[in-house]
Amino acid sequence: MSTTHVVDGIDETLTPQQSRPPLSVVYEWLTTVDHKKIGLMYIGLALIFLVVGGVEAVLMRIQLAIPNNHFVSPQAFNQLFTMHGTTMIFFVAMPVLFGWGNYLVPLMIGARDMAFPRLNAFSFWVSAFAGVLLYFSYVGASGLYAAGSAPDVGWFAYAPLTAKVFSPGHSTDYWTLAVFLSGIGSIGTALNIVTTIICMRCKGMKMSRMPLLVWLYLVMSGLVFVTISPLTAAQIMLTMDRYLGAHFFDTQAGGSAVLWMHFFWIFGHPEVYVLILPSFAFINEIVPVFSRKAIFGYPAMVAASVGIGFISLSVWAHHMFTVGMGAAANTFFVFATMVISVPTGIKIFNWLATIWGGKVIFATPMLFCIGFLFQFLIAGLTGIMLGSAPFDWQLGNSYFVVAHFHYVIVGGILFALFAAFYYWYPKVTGRMMSETLGKWHFWLFVIGFHLTFDFMHIPGLLGMPRRIYTYEAGRGWEGWNMIVGIGTIFQTAGLLCFVFNLVWSYFKGKEAGHDPWDAWTLEWSTTSPPPDYNFASLPAVNSRRPLWDLKHPEDPDSDYE
Amino acid sequence: MRDAATIPIASPQETPWKLPYRGTVGMACLIVAESAIFVIFVVAYIFYMGKSLTGPTPMQVLELPIFGTICLLSSSITVHFAVAALRKGKLRGCTGWTAGTVLLGSIFLITTGREWYHLIYDEGLTIQTNLFGTTYYSLVGLHATHVVVGLIMLSLVLGFSLFGLVKEEHSEKLETLSLYWHFVDAVWVVVFTVVYVLGR
Amino acid sequence: MLVLGVTLVIFLVVAGLLLYALIRYRNRPEDSDREPAQIYGSNQIELSWTVIPILIVVMLFLSTTRVILGTQAIPKPDSAMNVTVIGHQFWWEYRYPQLGVVTANELHIPVSDPAHPTPTYLTMSSADVSHSFWVPRLAGKTDVIPNKINTMWIDPQQSGLYLGQCAQYCGTQHAKMLLRVYAQTPADFAAWVNQQRHPAVQDFSGNPIAAEGQMVFLHNACINCHTVAGTTATGIFGPDLTHLASRDTIASGAIQNTPENLKQWIDDPNSMKPGSLMPAMHLNQRDLNAITAYLSQLR
Repeated sequence: MSTTHVVDGIDETLTPQQSRPPLSVVYEWLTTVDHKKIGLMYIGLALIFLVVGGVEAVLMRIQLAIPNNHFVSPQAFNQLFTMHGTTMIFFVAMPVLFGWGNYLVPLMIGARDMAFPRLNAFSFWVSAFAGVLLYFSYVGASGLYAAGSAPDVGWFAYAPLTAKVFSPGHSTDYWTLAVFLSGIGSIGTALNIVTTIICMRCKGMKMSRMPLLVWLYLVMSGLVFVTISPLTAAQIMLTMDRYLGAHFFDTQAGGSAVLWMHFFWIFGHPEVYVLILPSFAFINEIVPVFSRKAIFGYPAMVAASVGIGFISLSVWAHHMFTVGMGAAANTFFVFATMVISVPTGIKIFNWLATIWGGKVIFATPMLFCIGFLFQFLIAGLTGIMLGSAPFDWQLGNSYFVVAHFHYVIVGGILFALFAAFYYWYPKVTGRMMSETLGKWHFWLFVIGFHLTFDFMHIPGLLGMPRRIYTYEAGRGWEGWNMIVGIGTIFQTAGLLCFVFNLVWSYFKGKEAGHDPWDAWTLEWSTTSPPPDYNFASLPAVNSRRPLWDLKHPEDPDSDYE
Repeated sequence: MRDAATIPIASPQETPWKLPYRGTVGMACLIVAESAIFVIFVVAYIFYMGKSLTGPTPMQVLELPIFGTICLLSSSITVHFAVAALRKGKLRGCTGWTAGTVLLGSIFLITTGREWYHLIYDEGLTIQTNLFGTTYYSLVGLHATHVVVGLIMLSLVLGFSLFGLVKEEHSEKLETLSLYWHFVDAVWVVVFTVVYVLGR
Repeated sequence: MLVLGVTLVIFLVVAGLLLYALIRYRNRPEDSDREPAQIYGSNQIELSWTVIPILIVVMLFLSTTRVILGTQAIPKPDSAMNVTVIGHQFWWEYRYPQLGVVTANELHIPVSDPAHPTPTYLTMSSADVSHSFWVPRLAGKTDVIPNKINTMWIDPQQSGLYLGQCAQYCGTQHAKMLLRVYAQTPADFAAWVNQQRHPAVQDFSGNPIAAEGQMVFLHNACINCHTVAGTTATGIFGPDLTHLASRDTIASGAIQNTPENLKQWIDDPNSMKPGSLMPAMHLNQRDLNAITAYLSQLR
């Protein structure tokens, strides 16, 4: 790949950092309002919780590897799946995606920081506190029938199991408060992202020239406002039920258990789109660079992303097909769920068309993108199956569903995240990650992922429900659960390669320079790592790929837009 | 010296590059999020209309809070004039209109408080009584909480302006706050319609 | 089936194209350093891959709707047998209103002849939190929710034992809230109904321990939670024990119904099903043996 020296983005007067006393470094990070540092702190927080959530998963798989196992008690298992789900969604996925958004969006739009730097810092610290609070529950509370301390009501905390009478003690309250606070942080960051994108783009960057990553973060943040708020409202109602004697979900007083489900899933379904849209963002940026071609169908990609955002608000009750809503409601939600596959499919086809006719380079970021493409395709198709209500009557609440959503979240979102790490690590640190370790990571993780989550569909098809701490022998589930468990060994190994790579490369990685991948968006026009103020002088752009225009003055994108 | 990513081919910008004010966009985002929270409480209210198993019904105990409503909605007008005055540099006028807004908002809160006192002590309706009590106090209470927050902010502005610290260049910020206040009033229109008109 | 077929075809086509593209267009070292042709889009291609998926979606939707209406929206036939199902933490209560039978944890239903169907119609609700009734080989699951009545029908055409379990997380012992559905021939079913209708066994001549057990049972807190028809035990918090000895399992399918297991269960339920809501009764050995002997007689 050729490299171009982009003259004016680089500050030639920058001197290398002198080493400073550790305490002043810590103080700087604790009090920073710089979007890059805040972004990295979000990512660091998420990586720590990823390990914790992963340990919880491994413990569960050990318990379920054989029938009638006694590795953990029922109470402990019920806490494990609740904490695993809550941690992974609210304290891994949301922070890591907001972290990357925080880091990349201002750089990609040619701005110096986010619109509200102090709100940015506040949002991070509230989220971090919430995570610590959730885990403090292991130390400080008593739960279901005094069964323990941490939340054990499932990550969706269905009423009336969460009522005071069925969950005395504070496990539900820890869940409610930790998730509530993380929601405050999320709304704050989303507000920041939207305002930054609308108000702080550099000269010439009309909305139609923004990188697709920026578009997707805009849609995702807009979605956050109407997604997190229903959960916040429902949690206020739940807390009123538990402590003020209110009857929102009190079935003894005429309240409705189904109402909680509606409110939760009005949050819960768009939430997974909040998580997948930034993952699409990463794919949108990385696949073109490693196919050496512009993204195919930019306007359609924008329209599809916005469309997905809107339609995602109308599909929620496909999580409630078994609740007895009646044929009319079930039919409507089947329709909406299937319709959302159209814009999603368009995105997959556009990625395919981007690769088609290009020059594919199989560097580690691209390997993870390829994994994403195959796996997200499969996940979407099992989603179509589940979206057909009669299918869901059998497969809902079974391990088929667990396999499906892990396929999306691990096979889709996590793979896209890994791609993002390998792609932007050079920008953040100034050093390349090891390709060798990266390939080890990829292959170990792919093998482990497929061992675990491909085979996990089968117990679901054979009737194994989710959230059970053990099962009887003779149902035909044993062997499959064992294979699922073995897959976690490979995934752990892959993850260890990744963590080692992150640390080793920081000290020993090859120097990256400002544009190691020969890419086309603005973040590659400044140093690696960028200075605090991002750009020596604020850029002005004429097309969607400003660096392509600079590198190919004879054939700039602006001629085609 | 050309900027990093500009190509000389492009025609110079005819119109200046002007993007919206951050405060307005940020407040709009907050309003969207808060509206979504209110929608859920309104949905709960409507869902549970007529479903209480016991206790007083809205028809039996609710009276239209006309006076409070007029005060609150008028305060939107006063805050609008406060912003207009500040934009024109009329600092005394701004102070006066802001004081009026705070006064009218406070009267609204007092009328709500008196209504609640009556409902609790005379009619025996609390949040625990039945589904109507639960949904009524939570919805009206959520709104009242937002009024309190708005009044705190407006009182701060009033305080600052009494010391002469609020100037013409702050008009965009005051406008941002006034957007919040208009939102609070709009929510009251919805709550009023759902609770006192439709629900009785 | 259609859904499976369509999704499989879509997968093979798209994944196939993707694999092909990755192989065909991979960067070979001998390739020139030039960038490939930059193609920004194509209206015809994009239109076609919008329209075709829409058509596929419409087709899948219509076929799904047909199945939904064919299962959820059909009227109840007159020949259906009605069973009321009440979900509890962590057991199932069954009442046959037309037959006057009340039992727990093991559901007996008649097999249905395709020529003259006699499906079983379940009317379900919960006494506490949300559960879900799922016997995979009989039907899809339907949730069992407090303050809500859900209905479903099952129509087995082969006799036998059908296994399932609660499919909505309901607390500590959700995993052991098992379902056992016995589809029986009409003759066997009639015999079972007949037996279940009788009040509890009262004649313990020749079995003094069981007789003593009945006295201990009726003078203990057992009667607050359990019903034994024909006695003063009329509690409804726990399962009906009138014909306990006629069941294969106890603790909602989790434990084999043997005297040893029964004794251990009564002594300390949490040692076998931790988190179960039945308290340990703290009986002395003599009372424990007596009650076990008594309950083992309740066929």
